[in-house]
Amino acid sequence: MTVTDEPSTESAGYKYVGTRSIRPDGLDKVTGRAKFGADLTLPGMLEAAVVRSPHAHAEIVSIDTSEAMKIEGVKAIVTGADFPDPAEQGLHPSDQDVANNIIARDKVLYDGHVVAAVAATSRQAARAAAKAVNVTYKVLPHVMNVDEAMADGAALLHPNMKTKGVDPPAEEPSNVASRIVHERGELDQGFANADAVVERTFTTKPVHQGYIEPHACVADTGADGRSNIWVSSQGHFAMRTYTSKVVGVTTSMLKVIPAEIGGGFGGKTVIYLEPLAYMLSKKAGRPVRVVMDRAEVFRASGPASGTKIKVKMGANSAGEITAAEIWMAFEAGAFAGSPVGAAGMTVIAPYDIPHFVVEGFDVVVNKPKVAAYRAPGAPMAAFAVESVVDDLAAEIGMDPIELRLKNAVVEGTEASYGPKFPKIGFVETLDACKEHPNYGEPLGPNQGRGVAAGFWFNAGMNSSATIHVNDDGTVTTVVGSPDIGGSRASMALFTAEELGIGLERIKPVVADTETVGFNDVTGGSRVTLATGQAVVEACRAIKTDLIRRAAKTWKMEADQVEWVDGQAQAKDGSQPPLSLAAIAGKMARTGGPISANASLNARGVGAAFSTQVCDVEVDPETGQVTILRYLTAQDAGRAIHPAYVEGQLQGGVVQGIGWALNEEYVHNDDGVLENPSFLDYRIPVASDLPMIDTIIVEVPNPGHPYGVRGVGEVGIVPPLAAVANAIKAATGKRLVDLPMSPMKVLEAIDGTDS
Amino acid sequence: MVKVHFSAALRHYTGGLSDIEIEAATVGRLINALDERFPGIGAQLSEGTSVAIDGEILPDAEYEELPDGAEVHFLATLSGG
Amino acid sequence: MSRTQVTCTVNGDQVDFLTLDDESLLNALRDEVGLTGVKEGCGTGDCGACSVLLDDAVVCSCLVFAREAEGATIVTVEGMADGDHLHPLQQTFLEGAALQCGVCTPGFLVAAKALLDRNPDPTETEVRYALAGNLCRCTGYDKIVRATLEAARELQEARA
Repeated sequence: MTVTDEPSTESAGYKYVGTRSIRPDGLDKVTGRAKFGADLTLPGMLEAAVVRSPHAHAEIVSIDTSEAMKIEGVKAIVTGADFPDPAEQGLHPSDQDVANNIIARDKVLYDGHVVAAVAATSRQAARAAAKAVNVTYKVLPHVMNVDEAMADGAALLHPNMKTKGVDPPAEEPSNVASRIVHERGELDQGFANADAVVERTFTTKPVHQGYIEPHACVADTGADGRSNIWVSSQGHFAMRTYTSKVVGVTTSMLKVIPAEIGGGFGGKTVIYLEPLAYMLSKKAGRPVRVVMDRAEVFRASGPASGTKIKVKMGANSAGEITAAEIWMAFEAGAFAGSPVGAAGMTVIAPYDIPHFVVEGFDVVVNKPKVAAYRAPGAPMAAFAVESVVDDLAAEIGMDPIELRLKNAVVEGTEASYGPKFPKIGFVETLDACKEHPNYGEPLGPNQGRGVAAGFWFNAGMNSSATIHVNDDGTVTTVVGSPDIGGSRASMALFTAEELGIGLERIKPVVADTETVGFNDVTGGSRVTLATGQAVVEACRAIKTDLIRRAAKTWKMEADQVEWVDGQAQAKDGSQPPLSLAAIAGKMARTGGPISANASLNARGVGAAFSTQVCDVEVDPETGQVTILRYLTAQDAGRAIHPAYVEGQLQGGVVQGIGWALNEEYVHNDDGVLENPSFLDYRIPVASDLPMIDTIIVEVPNPGHPYGVRGVGEVGIVPPLAAVANAIKAATGKRLVDLPMSPMKVLEAIDGTDS
Repeated sequence: MVKVHFSAALRHYTGGLSDIEIEAATVGRLINALDERFPGIGAQLSEGTSVAIDGEILPDAEYEELPDGAEVHFLATLSGG
Repeated sequence: MSRTQVTCTVNGDQVDFLTLDDESLLNALRDEVGLTGVKEGCGTGDCGACSVLLDDAVVCSCLVFAREAEGATIVTVEGMADGDHLHPLQQTFLEGAALQCGVCTPGFLVAAKALLDRNPDPTETEVRYALAGNLCRCTGYDKIVRATLEAARELQEARA
């Protein structure tokens, strides 16, 4: 694989967009110069250690920090009492939950919940002091999954929680925070029209986003409460807002500087350590670094929900899906807010089904509060539905891609969640897989092929960008979106394409909260679309300005000048062209510095579909599943940087494979996490996998100037079912509980599972 | 005039009505008009709700103008990861 | 607690630093020597983000006591380039888009260098098993394996 200056054929017509440029931050990352969250040191900086609950559910009776304060080197200790009371502050309920998750006040709600934090002159002293903090608990009964939490008489996490979205309204408190429902047609009619009906119950376990960089931040807070916070996150503006609410200051008191981020996948769109670092630094009068170790990452940062999903679907002999009945319960963790809403909207979104009921419940359990993980809610829902669609195809004797083609949503189809689809590329991804050589590869004994599809909305949201032209005509593109997938490369490509100058003359920069306008988080597959729109808009404003300046120089009207190939040209050809460098060199004469800003709430979001084909071989003696071949076809709208689009596709697939085959949280009877390490929480390694074959489908999104659709998330939606369907094809057994670890596969093959 | 479609959850407030044609210039005014017609529905539509106008989903749509003949749906606002 | 002086060679330079008995080489390299290219991903030797060469062997520096480095020759990612000439692996990783967030990259480069130093012509399977001790969550390993094979090809050609 080499860098090519040739744009991919689908993007022909562009000079820079569609090429595989070397990413601007790449050199620093291959030489070790790049600074991640834990890489900053400041003079006088203290190290921190966090005291966490060892119980899944308990009242805090007392906290005694006196012994800890005596330890040599300890400079500050904070507990819940050091923070404003969230209810008294009048915070929105979801912000109160954030504040109570940062540090416990009266109750701890999961193994790992923060109780106190210590700052000291060395790691060793901080850890010794953390051990010396004396906390007295009154242990309470706990609930660890949706069945336990929803049972009559279950221990309640929040005594005031009453289920929203039920009719009649809930009178008694429970662990069910809310209910969602979507309906269409008449379910009985739909099943009556079916020639084949499949009904199954599925369960999935919580899985962690698994970023290799643990959460880390440094805060330097003055006595006046102003603080500089250095943090690796998916959104420093969001970190600033959340932190300001938890510690009780205005947003302008905090300056948040983005470090390079070592993976997020949604898990770093929320705060954990920043308020602790802020408060410790304020109390100690010195900068404080707070870093999670890997065990803390597992115990206390948000996994994806564990779920229980019941699916009943019917299809007629022509292959039309006639009815779907879906019931879902999602673990929210200790506070309300699982992605059951998104699951309810994506679960049957790829198909045009005339009769359905989708019902979902958001359930609290004594586990860490769940955080977003790449298309949150959709992978679990797709695992269930795509498995059943596969079984329907087998029952009526239809090829699994053909069945999906028969029912696929297209432009104008009314989505299961309401609106009509604009231009979309689902059918194109199905066709791409059907026509790919992988789909025809012969399979041997104990081998099987599985197909699955997935959908994700993608987001737009708010972005700001500023373009500065330097005095030599080079350009700085300033954005506020942390770069987690290669977005700096895309922003530079947009700038190059718009201004018509080479990439070597452009420097993209991710600026801090004081140096660029507001930006929502990097997530929701939104940056290439939304921040890209802001960059394009700012570039177009620059071009308008450059044209005006050239016209002034030539004593013409602006409408007699155009910008072509990086130069101002007189439309009548009467003047030699002026390059960007030439205009920049004389900027003072034509009005002063050349700079433009764009701030927008992005419009024209395009949804994304993915179809995937997985080939496995199952060892009948050990239950081990080997991935032989994996193909993913995804509609990217327009691939701005094809190599990084491929990277998003491949990364999502491999996370999905891990989710399908190995990854799960294991808790003991006390509700304590037993596998908070990469040894026992097994993510895929290089020797587990083959090359991941990618097809970038381009059905341009008419809403975006370059046709972009977000690519970051949808790739993780199909793999759970693709792998399960492949195992079914290889063994004849339908596994419905994730992960499909060797033990479970063996039990299914031997018929010893219940 | 715009055509508003009601999800199953909202039909509780509309007495089972699944869609309605109604006059409103902006989304905010639409919500007010709906609340006058179906008391209590306004509270459901103000917080954490996105609006789809002719298929385009917009999360902060209060002042968004509604083109004549637009198809309007109310959806839960979702987050990505 | 008193600290012991350790003298060793890091990326070709003689280096002296002080360390506690129970401090890891990972923390000594980051905090005492100032080389933050090595990363702590897990602290228990499971992720490889802290990989360094210690007397030509790839080790997880989080599993090595800093004191064990006395007299040793250590190579970190910062020592792979020759001035402004990148090592072929660094170049192929850049050209092949073999990194996304980049936090695992220093560990992978060290491990891949160790592989190519002892096995200049590995198969894809040999590359995958040699790199199985390095976790990556972003890339799915495809482009990392391709970049390593490409660097092997380039190094072979340079020798020919």
